[in-house]
Amino acid sequence: MSIELIIGILEIILIATTPLVFAGIGELVTEKSGVLNLGVEGMMLVGAVTAFVTLVITGNYFFAFLISILSGVIMSGLFAILVLFLMSNQIATGLALTIFGIGLSSMLGKEYIGTPIDGLSPWFFVIFSFVIVFFISYFFYKTKMGLILRAVGESHNSAHALGYSVIKIRFLSILFGGSMCALAGSYISICYAPMWQEGMTAGRGWIALALVVFATWKPERVLIGAYIFGGVTILQMNLQALGLRFPGQFFSMAPYIATIVVLVLISSNRLRIKLSAPASLTIPFYKGR
Amino acid sequence: MNSFLPMIISRSQSSNIMNFFVPIIAILLTLITGSIIFLLLGFDPFYALYTFFISPISTSYGVSELLVKATPLALIAIGLAFCFKNNIYNIGAEGQLTMGAIFGGGIGILFHDTNAFWLLPLMIFAGALGGALWGLIPALLKTKFNTNEILTSLMLVYIALFILDFLVVGPWKDPNGFSFPKSRAFSDSGRMPLLFDGLRVHFGLIITLFLIFVSWFVFSKTMFGFQLKVSGFSPKAARYAGFNQTTLIFLAFGICGAFAGIAGLSEVSGPIGLLYRDISPNYGFTAIIVAFLGRLHPVGIIFASLIIALTYLGAEDAQLFLQIPSAVGFIFQGLVLFYLLGAELLINYKLTFKKT
Repeated sequence: MSIELIIGILEIILIATTPLVFAGIGELVTEKSGVLNLGVEGMMLVGAVTAFVTLVITGNYFFAFLISILSGVIMSGLFAILVLFLMSNQIATGLALTIFGIGLSSMLGKEYIGTPIDGLSPWFFVIFSFVIVFFISYFFYKTKMGLILRAVGESHNSAHALGYSVIKIRFLSILFGGSMCALAGSYISICYAPMWQEGMTAGRGWIALALVVFATWKPERVLIGAYIFGGVTILQMNLQALGLRFPGQFFSMAPYIATIVVLVLISSNRLRIKLSAPASLTIPFYKGR
Repeated sequence: MNSFLPMIISRSQSSNIMNFFVPIIAILLTLITGSIIFLLLGFDPFYALYTFFISPISTSYGVSELLVKATPLALIAIGLAFCFKNNIYNIGAEGQLTMGAIFGGGIGILFHDTNAFWLLPLMIFAGALGGALWGLIPALLKTKFNTNEILTSLMLVYIALFILDFLVVGPWKDPNGFSFPKSRAFSDSGRMPLLFDGLRVHFGLIITLFLIFVSWFVFSKTMFGFQLKVSGFSPKAARYAGFNQTTLIFLAFGICGAFAGIAGLSEVSGPIGLLYRDISPNYGFTAIIVAFLGRLHPVGIIFASLIIALTYLGAEDAQLFLQIPSAVGFIFQGLVLFYLLGAELLINYKLTFKKT
């Protein structure tokens, strides 16, 4: 193997992993505040389609990302209203968000399948993905706001008793998660692919959810996990391209099998999961008690 | 003093009346939102709603198609009820359906030139087995390794779809199929018998109704059903009572997988007649909505499956007559679940404008 080939593969791994980092870190912030949002896949798809359609109509990359992030804010805002004010079941509401997002994205993008666009260079976003992870890590462990957010996720009643607004902090965390998922989606449709296709995120939203568990809710570890999955994905693609006498479908399964294996390895340590998961995760907060 | 916004007050006991009305409220709100969406798209909302919800079932053919779509939805949803009642979130029914179709369909392909009475029962059994085995994987991982069943069951959907894809383009490809990614057709005795001449509604409907009845019996008349309910309401109480949570998880996943597997088999041996890539328009995921909308109750699930099946048919008609993309059906499904979950508040809380 030549040096160029190795560098080429590393570049592709960086480019392919970036959306997992965005979605993973967004979901991590949401979960740290005590809310599980299973709508990642749906928000990514809507983010991807809104960015793509805006780019085709206006030709402006800035608008494309702006509208996409706005769509993430709206989608996650819908989720936030249901789980925070109407105290709905977070798991079911997240699933509803994904189902809704799949439908909405394929309706919005119907006319745009196969429309060619000029893709944007991914490198700004690749660097930004590292910056944001270290920023979030700094925010959680070195700032007062970060401490408050973690406190809300660990024990909402104590945080409430101390005078912090549990609902407001959770609302903002959910919106941040939504905008990062939309950013991940728009990166896929504008930088990575660049095109629009129904269901093009291909389960990356669910892998992002698995990443948070893999990272045991620690920001830097999202990077490690994301690069393991990104590496496996790219490696299987390259092996498939080599044309080994082995059916391609078995290579395509690899990232999903890797997700299960990694989840099993991490979760089998019950104590570690119990200690690292936010204690109030999925428990609704009801003030009037 | 009265407050401007309604206050949310916890009820001392959950309301049975609201339990009944919440799905109806959700459906009405969805219809209202739907009319607004149609209005924004520039259609007469009444005409659009008529096209979507009335005209698809105005013929006997339409009613038969409704039952064809409702059959797998209801069967998977009642299976999911076994899991959801116990707060086990199996969201991989689509994968269990696919595995059922692979196992049962595999028997159908093996005996493609055999006509015998035992073929269909064997296929149904194999379908149930395939779905159950696929469902038991997340159960095993959850009980043995504490692994989150939501993520594992979902990952298994993708894996099952790749296995199906591998089979229909590889070893099970129809040798006379001009290299289309599909299998041989099953023999006539490997097909679900039709219930009426000229209509597609098939014997799978009878199987579904029978299994829903069995489930009703299990839920309301057996110790196992009682254990599921108690574990769902209060895991602590279930532990003190000595219920074995591991057994409950295995049974719930196994039953749900088997039902989804039978649903998958009855799709391929019913309307389709062979194996190919796209055997299910997301029935396994949509059934989650059916289960919640039917409040995990057998009768509720029957009604919910008919309503959600109508969104599939309505979406096809809307595409045909109004040029609205058929994905609008999924939007309706998402909306109805949103409203349902929001309105569930009314079961455990009441709204009041009076300060207490």
